[in-house]
Amino acid sequence: MADSSTLKGLTRFGSTQRRDAWWIENLPFIIVFGGFLAYATWRAIENNYFWVAPYLSPFYSPLIDPHHHWWPFSPAFLILGGPGGFRITCYYYRKAYYRAAFAHPLGCAVSEGHRGYSGERKFPLILQNVHRYFFYVVTIILAFLWYDTVVAFNFNGHFGIGVGTIVMLVDVILLTTYSLSCHSLRHLVGGKLDCFSCTTFGKPRHAAWRGVTILNEHHMFWAWVSMISVGLTDLYIRLVASGAIRDIRLL
Amino acid sequence: MADATATLRVFRGDAETGKAVDYEVPLTPGMVVLDAIHSIQANQSPDLAVRWNCKAAKCGSCSAEVNGRPKLMCKTRMDSLPPDQPITVFPIKTFPVIKDLVTDVSWNYEVNKKIPAFKPKPNAEWKMYQRDVDRGQEFRKCIECFLCQNVCHVLRDHDKKQDFGGPRFFVRTAALEMHPLDSRNRIPLLREQLGIGYCNITKCCTEVCPEDIHITDNAIIPLKERVVDQFYDPLTMIVRKIFPAK
Repeated sequence: MADSSTLKGLTRFGSTQRRDAWWIENLPFIIVFGGFLAYATWRAIENNYFWVAPYLSPFYSPLIDPHHHWWPFSPAFLILGGPGGFRITCYYYRKAYYRAAFAHPLGCAVSEGHRGYSGERKFPLILQNVHRYFFYVVTIILAFLWYDTVVAFNFNGHFGIGVGTIVMLVDVILLTTYSLSCHSLRHLVGGKLDCFSCTTFGKPRHAAWRGVTILNEHHMFWAWVSMISVGLTDLYIRLVASGAIRDIRLL
Repeated sequence: MADATATLRVFRGDAETGKAVDYEVPLTPGMVVLDAIHSIQANQSPDLAVRWNCKAAKCGSCSAEVNGRPKLMCKTRMDSLPPDQPITVFPIKTFPVIKDLVTDVSWNYEVNKKIPAFKPKPNAEWKMYQRDVDRGQEFRKCIECFLCQNVCHVLRDHDKKQDFGGPRFFVRTAALEMHPLDSRNRIPLLREQLGIGYCNITKCCTEVCPEDIHITDNAIIPLKERVVDQFYDPLTMIVRKIFPAK
């Protein structure tokens, strides 16, 4: 380490010679992600206003045991672990919360001080390695969300489109794009191969890998817009279900 | 512009003692920080130590911390820095200072020795398709400036030099692991000796790379996923048992 006296001052927690506002990039994460986490938790606990025909909130889909035959708590708790775990173990979110919440590091070239650090080698953070399993879970949940979106076109047995239909359609497209831009998927469809030309189905796997790579380059963007959209979709359905606003039929 | 000057606050000293010294330098059009350092050497302080070679952002020698940000001095224009305050130029923090702006980066070459070299598959056909070498070509752009090693908090703040290889050597390992003709398996090495689990993918290495290599997304995360394949994913491990790779 550069350890002469002038340099020693740079090892205290938060010390840096940077002059730009490096801390600003942590703020949106703390505010928006923190706000989303609080809102989603409150909505899961609320256990109400999640269904108004033909719309079902994405926080409660698939709707399991809504009448509490065997599950006494909010049905949201049965499924939120899947999408929640997918985001918590997501490579983008990891970067964001390791910086903003754990201060490992607070910012690039900003000192962390002399604190213990074991990275992702020990429990619980070694569990980040199960990210691909959360991907499998959200893929199943996405199938239900697409089903709900198709149902959102059905108004008492007739085809129709309401503002809620559009909101749900946009949301499910953004959630799907976020999932398709996943680093683990990028690995599974082709990234794990050393030689595309030497493998069975090498060409389509290379094409799939290229496609996921194009989306993956904007993984952070898809993470943000899909998180905001799923929150707003739930909010819209809650407002309609509670009677605070009326859904407008467009068709 | 002809009369304009800038103040450079340059670290002078060694590993034992040192201080920041201010120098007033005349500005010229298109000047970079390395030019300013050369101007100090030529006109004010001939004993100022700085390592440099090409002045074209290709040799990776002139790494330093300019206003606290890891940069190549030859690629940092003076007119990109705020003129109202002294510009700090310090040695890269992660490695021991030898003198002034020169640090001892020899630890990196020791890490490099741990990585087994390319070994072709038996009877390899020496013909490769572009789609198979695209990934490796990005990694070959590395100029070994070690800015990624310098900014990585695992080395910079936690000094895990015994247990951790650092981004530069994940890039090198990725180039070898993704080579279509290579036969070696370096994944156990990555997990154990190079300690890839210490990396928490905060992307500072990618942010400072002067060659714009997407170190985290294209090298480290794909390698982490390969480590998962071999050590943490029971499903993949069972599939590999049933259908071993040929």
